[in-house]
Amino acid sequence: MKYFVMLAGDGDVGSWDTLTPEEQQAVMAQFGAFDEACEQRPGVELLGGEALEEGTTATTLRTRSGEVTVTDGPYTEATEQIGGFYLVEAPELDTIVELCRVLPAYDVEIRPVVDFG
Amino acid sequence: MLVARTRRLDLAEDALSEAFARASDRWPTGGVPVNPAGWLYTTASRLVIGGLRAEAIHGRKVRLLAVDAGWVAPASVDELDTLDDERVALILLCCHPAVHPEARAPLALRLVVGTSTEEIARLHLVSVATMAARITRAKKKIVIAGIPLSSPVDDELRARLDGVCRTIYLAFTAGYAPARGANLLRDDLAGEAVELAAILHGLVPDAPQARALYALVLLQHARRDARVRDGNLVTLSDQDRSLWYDEELSAGMELVASLAPSEGYAEELRLQGFIACEHARASTAEDTDWSAIASHYLRLEALTGSPVVTLNRAVAVAESEGAQAGLAVLSGLDEALPHNHRLPAVRAELARRAGKIDLARASYDQALGRCTNDVERAHLLAQRNTLDQAH
Repeated sequence: MKYFVMLAGDGDVGSWDTLTPEEQQAVMAQFGAFDEACEQRPGVELLGGEALEEGTTATTLRTRSGEVTVTDGPYTEATEQIGGFYLVEAPELDTIVELCRVLPAYDVEIRPVVDFG
Repeated sequence: MLVARTRRLDLAEDALSEAFARASDRWPTGGVPVNPAGWLYTTASRLVIGGLRAEAIHGRKVRLLAVDAGWVAPASVDELDTLDDERVALILLCCHPAVHPEARAPLALRLVVGTSTEEIARLHLVSVATMAARITRAKKKIVIAGIPLSSPVDDELRARLDGVCRTIYLAFTAGYAPARGANLLRDDLAGEAVELAAILHGLVPDAPQARALYALVLLQHARRDARVRDGNLVTLSDQDRSLWYDEELSAGMELVASLAPSEGYAEELRLQGFIACEHARASTAEDTDWSAIASHYLRLEALTGSPVVTLNRAVAVAESEGAQAGLAVLSGLDEALPHNHRLPAVRAELARRAGKIDLARASYDQALGRCTNDVERAHLLAQRNTLDQAH
């Protein structure tokens, strides 16, 4: 199965800009540990992942009654905003949940990806 | 391409649903197969394969069932041991944290006890359509999100046992004291929860919370026939103790006696078991050792900080030290239990005993304003009326 892993909000980590260089380094080390953990786990493959720019730089397209409107800002209006993502192949949910514990303490949403086969 | 894919997804979901349905039909009467999860998986897989027919079944496509990694009984495990392991795994699957909490007990009743969706809906006081949708959503979530049937030797299983026990106890209490409606007791639901607890205890006999849970529900359920008479609530003190099931009480007491001091939820259940034992031991209501019960409640209160436990302790204290002492324990609970009808009901009873008639009357009124269970309401009303007659 393929899972889309979204890292949202700042959770226990705190906003990136407010972190000391040492703290930033520690967070980066946790991302590295996640890569490592995925690599070592049989049946798991890290297919991709990126950090995203601030939600304020997002552009949202909405289609209503056939009409597409383009607006500034992220889709979610809540404070939780997506800061990055991974695309991971894993055999089942518990494996990916376990692996995500290695990540910095962001809020994480795990969503199965539709496989169009 | 999308259509093809969607059809396949449906196929996988339908196949698993169908496998679940067949299991629910067959297991209760025909007995649970040697390897239930494997049976489910095999049945669902066959249905998928049947549906896909000519298409070559690549391992990855069958994995639409998502649960394969855990489902297929590991070849290394002794076949004789897998029966129990797989049944634990099935209960654990229903209680996976990614399954909606409201769906866990219904799913467990459906899959492990084999209760029909209609019955589960009735027991949970929701419409059949609502319950069917809830169960379907949960099964879909399990399939699509890829929730595995965990290997029971995993530490994760031990970690999830508390949740499993809580789910079963929830199902039990839902039957023991339904929140609203005409029936005081739904002992059929409670009975099924007892059965689940028995299965769980049988599967992991060394797990303290499973043992304590089974003991507790056995002890409480043994009083079922004495709790209602002519459609009316019969409180513990007025129950005909000859209607209690002695064998169940003995079995429960023996289990409680075998429990070592523990911590967390297991200890909570053990202390509740002690209390149930005190009631079981008393051959008449007058013989009840209320001071022992009050001290068990005090420990339980320290462990849980639950205001409901304090409320129960007030009753025990009133019995052992007098109504006035019981009333004192109640003070300060109103803020914590603003909607609970038992708080004013207990206060009313204690006030009546202490001769505080005005407080008793006001408290009965408050309790009646909050209580939604018809049988309990009738009981409260009758109590209030005796108050008016006496004074």
